[in-house]
Amino acid sequence: MTAPGLHIQGSARIGDTAVFGPLDLTVAGGAWTCLLGPSGVGKTTLLRLVAGLDRVTSFDGQITATDQLPLAGRLALMAQSDLLMPWLDVTGNTLLGARLRGETPDRARAAQVLARVGLADHMHKRPGQLSGGQRQRVALARTLMEDRAIVLLDEPFSALDARTRSQMQDLACELLSGRTVLMVTHDPAEAARLGDTILIMEQGGLSPFTPPSGPPPRAVDDPAALHAQAALLTRLRDSAA
Amino acid sequence: MKNLASIVGSALFALAIWQAVVTLAAPPSYILPGPWDVAQTLWTARGQIGHHSVYTMSEVFLGLALGAVLGALSAIGLAASPLAQALLRPMMVFSQAIPVFVLAPILTLWLGYGIWPKVIMALLIIYFPVTSAFFDALMRTPTAWLDLAQVMGARRGRIMWRIRIPAALPGLASGLRLAAVYAPIGVIISEWVGASQGLGYLILLALGRVKVDLMFATTIALAVFTVLTYAAVDRLCRRWLDAPTG
Repeated sequence: MTAPGLHIQGSARIGDTAVFGPLDLTVAGGAWTCLLGPSGVGKTTLLRLVAGLDRVTSFDGQITATDQLPLAGRLALMAQSDLLMPWLDVTGNTLLGARLRGETPDRARAAQVLARVGLADHMHKRPGQLSGGQRQRVALARTLMEDRAIVLLDEPFSALDARTRSQMQDLACELLSGRTVLMVTHDPAEAARLGDTILIMEQGGLSPFTPPSGPPPRAVDDPAALHAQAALLTRLRDSAA
Repeated sequence: MKNLASIVGSALFALAIWQAVVTLAAPPSYILPGPWDVAQTLWTARGQIGHHSVYTMSEVFLGLALGAVLGALSAIGLAASPLAQALLRPMMVFSQAIPVFVLAPILTLWLGYGIWPKVIMALLIIYFPVTSAFFDALMRTPTAWLDLAQVMGARRGRIMWRIRIPAALPGLASGLRLAAVYAPIGVIISEWVGASQGLGYLILLALGRVKVDLMFATTIALAVFTVLTYAAVDRLCRRWLDAPTG
């Protein structure tokens, strides 16, 4: 699969208040880009603009795929909240996209995807019967079922405990490989583990940060990743000061 | 079990107060009969009460079923169409300013003395609570779910059917629970206006013959039926909400 990249150029404001200034962001196709920054700099707004969800912000500029084809129908979104429908079981939630588009749900593929995220034994449980980590696995399975070239991640693992989070990072990195991933996160450790490209978003705009060497996911005790994490944190603290 | 004990305890307490009033104030039995007299009447008049209950309960069930369907469909229609909302919602709210009971004589005039004016009255009285509870719930779908659906490329009708309606079913269930309690009120009022069957009719008949014990017995029977209807609707809603879907 040759996933297209993204090109985002422009500025956003709500009324007279700037959300983010002019920026020019290229997300490499088939790679994992982490957008790191303090709260309130418009990271999530940027992601929602790419997803075509923002109806409040006026965006002056353009968001295009590098293959020049329209973005609609080629995106999947995974948010901090798992957004599982409580009345559907795990399989039903995984098949939600197909049902919403009126396609025949592919149960066999759903079973495969659920097995890959480690939920083969939980296919008929309701979200209420699952742990936070398992619920986020269902959300990942649902995202994979969508089979879209571009995946937008809005802090999907930030509500999980440290151990579960690191497992989910490994799993997502493995299963989303080959796709274009744009991930918003506040967590320097996450960016250092997962980013092929790391960008810091601040009031002043975007600045690149050299990612640690070695392909993601980098081990939790990888010295280069830990060093990058520390450097990123220092950088964020300086930017806030 | 604890619940059942509480219900029995509460009933016994009410009976004790009733008996205490009868014993202490000693009103004539054509004003306030004692619990024991009423219990005896309930037993001796069971055939008569049973016969009339069949009519009243059929009217209640039909009214509930029709009102639930019509109310649910209206709520979906309103939630799906901003135009329908703009045109109909003020009218619906305003219509609530009319006490529905004033329509009972008109319904009897139009539809005669059979079960239909009662069914329609029950329908009218529950229509608004059902519609409004379900509509409010339909308008409160978490926006994050709607966003997800949009990114997935969902069609509007399918968002309604797959997300908004299932998410709003608890709201519909609250409306139906209210309806279960309101429906008998509509039926009884309508029976008072004109009927030859039904518990409302029996109450008026008993009043005409100064059979106060029969009035009380009928009232108690009606209350028990209403509670049973509520319990049945409540149970049905719970089962339905818990039913697994894939």
